[in-house]
Amino acid sequence: MIRFHGVSKRYASGHEALCDVSFRVPAGEMVFLTGHSGAGKSTLLRLITAIERSTRGQVIVGGLNLSRLPRRRVPAFRRHLGVVFQNHRLLMSRTVRDNVALPLVIGGYGHGEIGRRVRAALDAVGLRGKGDAYPVTLSGGEQQRVGIARAVVHRPSVVLSDEPTGNLDPELSDEIMHLFERFHQVGVTIVIASHDIALIERMSYPVLRLVQGALTEVPAACAVQAGGAS
Amino acid sequence: MNSTFDLDRAPKRRLKSWLTGHLQSLFSSLGLLFRSPGAALLTSAVIGVALALPTGFLLLLNNAERLGRGWEGNTEISVFLRMEVGDGEAARLAREIALRRDVDRVRVVSRAAALEEYKQRSGFTDVIAAFGDRNPLPTVLLVEPPRGIEALANVAGLVASLRAMPEVDLVLYDLKWLRRFEGIVGTLRRGTMILASLLALGVILIVGNTIRLTIDGRREEILIAKLCGATDAFIRRPFLYSGLWHGMVGGLIAAILVGVGFELLRGPVAHLAELYHSEFALTTQGSSTILRLVMIGGALGLGGAWAAVARHLRIEETA
Repeated sequence: MIRFHGVSKRYASGHEALCDVSFRVPAGEMVFLTGHSGAGKSTLLRLITAIERSTRGQVIVGGLNLSRLPRRRVPAFRRHLGVVFQNHRLLMSRTVRDNVALPLVIGGYGHGEIGRRVRAALDAVGLRGKGDAYPVTLSGGEQQRVGIARAVVHRPSVVLSDEPTGNLDPELSDEIMHLFERFHQVGVTIVIASHDIALIERMSYPVLRLVQGALTEVPAACAVQAGGAS
Repeated sequence: MNSTFDLDRAPKRRLKSWLTGHLQSLFSSLGLLFRSPGAALLTSAVIGVALALPTGFLLLLNNAERLGRGWEGNTEISVFLRMEVGDGEAARLAREIALRRDVDRVRVVSRAAALEEYKQRSGFTDVIAAFGDRNPLPTVLLVEPPRGIEALANVAGLVASLRAMPEVDLVLYDLKWLRRFEGIVGTLRRGTMILASLLALGVILIVGNTIRLTIDGRREEILIAKLCGATDAFIRRPFLYSGLWHGMVGGLIAAILVGVGFELLRGPVAHLAELYHSEFALTTQGSSTILRLVMIGGALGLGGAWAAVARHLRIEETA
């Protein structure tokens, strides 16, 4: 589903955030991405979401070579992704329902369809009946779950998450991780960037470890064989 | 699960999502205006005043021109014949002049008819009586040149040849003041157009600034929407709509201001017209002006929004 071939990313400032990174994430796999802050986790996710483009090498997501994807195609590409942010980045002036509905509105779904899917997504993250609430009235864990509902409501093939448990205590973190596992179980490809080693070790999923922009640990499931399919 | 992304929507779905997208932006932009009606109304009011000024001027000029044209209809050349010219000869002369290409119509006012007319006008009775049986008035030919600007230019030649006729005593023709009046109106119209262009630019800037502030206020929303796969068009839409609403409401306010202004002028103008024995009345050209103002306001609002969006929506997710 996701393939990196010798990917390097150098910013205009000269800082080399990623250096010759190669790995793959098979469809339906759940993978952790770890490393200290500044190791290049965020950059890697930004390459997958086509926010940034690689300086060298190829990033292939969903069969699309992102370095060759025209700008105008990027929005359509992103509709296949779900993104969960560290600080959840909800729109505080909108209700939970409106927040979750955003990807569907962008996708041009009809009113009825949006209502059904938003209810299903809120059910899935355990926030049934909270649709009319405003994000500020929810706890940190609940807000993050709204963020997850928003990331999965349009049934994306890939869900990316940057430090989804960054501000949560261990118990809530586990809760959030179990949510991701549930989506993994129904076949969604999931990449979670986290520096919470303890949390990652509690779960047995492949871990990609970044140190100063280079991958130091690539599990067998994520190794790139010559000519291997994603 | 399919591991290859399909980036193309089916055409039917594309049309449907385009429509729902527009409807959704339309209502959300309206909702946004109603959520802060004070601020929205303020912007529209500024637009309204800016549009009302040149519109009011232009309508006044249109009225002035109409007034001028009313007089233009009476641009007859009065040809006073010598006293010794009789009625029969006057009629022959009238027919002769009427044959000219640069003459539309000739009317003969015989000496008797002129006297009768004078007698009917109050104040002249005594003067006429002082002449006793003698009619002091000459026969007058009222020569009407064809209408239109080109004809007006030829009138000088016509007047000269009329003056050269031996039967003619005096030719009265004075369009100089009308020309001057038209010149003044033309100058004012040009000035108003310049003023209107400046104010239109002002409206674009006002709307542009309002939309820029809105964009700044919704930065986070734009970034998230972009990450969720929103196209530039999707993000642009609500701002363009809100520019359109601001402009259209502004146009409506301008129409109200102009309407009130003209209503206030109507009384004094009617009084003035009465003093000149004129039927003249101010007109605002009613609904067509309102429609035009709303349309111009909407177009300017849209233009301003477009300018702001083009300049400020280049927010990348790199924040």
